[in-house]
Amino acid sequence: MLIKTQNDIPASEITDPLIYQQRRTVIKAMLAATISGIADRQVWAENAKPKWANLPKGSLSDNSLTATSAELVKSYTNYYEFSFNKDDSTKLAQALKTDPWSVEISGELEKPGHYHLEDLLRQQTLEERIYRFRCVEAWSMVVPWIGFSLASLLKSLKPLSTAKFVKFTTLYQPETMINQHSNALLEWPYTEALRIDEAMHPLTILAVGMYGDILPKQNGAPLRLVVPWKYGFKSIKAIVKIELLKRPPLTTWNKSAPKEYGFYANVNPAVSHPRWSQNSERQLGSGFFTPRRQTELFNGYGEQVASLYRNMDLQHFF
Amino acid sequence: MIMQIGKLKLFLIAAGLIPLLWLVVDIAGNQLGGNPIQAVHIRLGDWALRFLWLTLAITPLQTITQWRGLSDYRQLFGLYAFFYASLHLLVYLTVDQGLMWRMIAIDIIESPYIWFGVLAYLIVLALAVTSPKAAKKKLGKNWKKLHRYIYIAAGAAIIHYFWQLKGNLAEPLLYLLLILFLLGFRILVWLKKRYPIRVRM
Repeated sequence: MLIKTQNDIPASEITDPLIYQQRRTVIKAMLAATISGIADRQVWAENAKPKWANLPKGSLSDNSLTATSAELVKSYTNYYEFSFNKDDSTKLAQALKTDPWSVEISGELEKPGHYHLEDLLRQQTLEERIYRFRCVEAWSMVVPWIGFSLASLLKSLKPLSTAKFVKFTTLYQPETMINQHSNALLEWPYTEALRIDEAMHPLTILAVGMYGDILPKQNGAPLRLVVPWKYGFKSIKAIVKIELLKRPPLTTWNKSAPKEYGFYANVNPAVSHPRWSQNSERQLGSGFFTPRRQTELFNGYGEQVASLYRNMDLQHFF
Repeated sequence: MIMQIGKLKLFLIAAGLIPLLWLVVDIAGNQLGGNPIQAVHIRLGDWALRFLWLTLAITPLQTITQWRGLSDYRQLFGLYAFFYASLHLLVYLTVDQGLMWRMIAIDIIESPYIWFGVLAYLIVLALAVTSPKAAKKKLGKNWKKLHRYIYIAAGAAIIHYFWQLKGNLAEPLLYLLLILFLLGFRILVWLKKRYPIRVRM
């Protein structure tokens, strides 16, 4: 079941990562030669160098957006496995073990298996995608993600025509994820899901980095989903399992409070949360006395994704 | 003795401004995290709630300690609850919403948790306006009836707190327990007055 896309990036436009790496090696060698006199500082610079600086930006990246400051994005995170408080979850997430990492991919596909993250990455083309990110708590930010198309991964594993939904599961590591240990609030491990056409949409990516570097642990390292037209809780972190299913699975927030968090969770200013308005959002990094931003239907990605929901009552399927 | 109480009252008036001063220092030092607007807003709401709770703690304290002069402080704490609630509202309208009235109207209409905040504020406002001695005299018997609405304000305030949250309920639960204790104490006293013998058993 393939979905036609309008904005596929021609393979010819994307730099082969091998050539890209070679180019970097040459530049590095030249740099090293020039500043060999200050060897110590050079070593320091090597370590601090972001892993994927200057990755090509795909045509699906909204380059007119100004990214939120990286410091804010790194410190303002919901990670309920660690804490219900954004500061604490950032600190506690540092204990997460993310290396080595493998992902179990199973269900309705021809090539199920356990895949090492490195092996998966070797076959995918990484690019930068600057996306809006809108939380169901009515705040938003703009993040330059580094990732690859989920569709490209799924296609390489040959999904069957019976695959109608894609379910994702977060790591279960109660010794570091203390709210899993105490069974607090939600049913753990966290799960999320997309309809197959949503999963195959070219805007949907699996991210491994942001701001040119690998993902910080609190932001979902080493592998997370990013679906920019849905509320942030759909973009599940630290993925260890991807299942292709025939039937819609129950997802964590939807199961916990079905009247408050729908399966679709598409950003929609006209559909309020039962307890608060979704009409506007606070943009992180904006100053005092700056009005909130008017929230857009599908978070501004309506042109690309509205057709997925044609003939659907968005008030009912929220 | 009179001098001592006067000093204590002066001290309490000054102490009531400490949370505001502390907030100003945190704003100046950029100590409010990734969403400082929300942090300021929440901090002021928290202090409004705390002063409201303190106000409701005076009567039980008076009953236990038999210290009659305490009602003076009740008024002071009540006015501070009103003060911080007013700042909380003002920050919402200006710092957060930038006085965009259409957006504010939609936000209030579509957010049930704000309805309870509005209700709590209107009550506290009415109580603050009628708090001077002259108003008390003028209202006579009705003054006490009116000021009993503080219980409704407390209920609305705690719903306002609970309903905006997605996950973490530890802190509002603590406030809920405290208010249940403070109101439960009043019910016990009322029962004791009404059925003196039974309760003594």
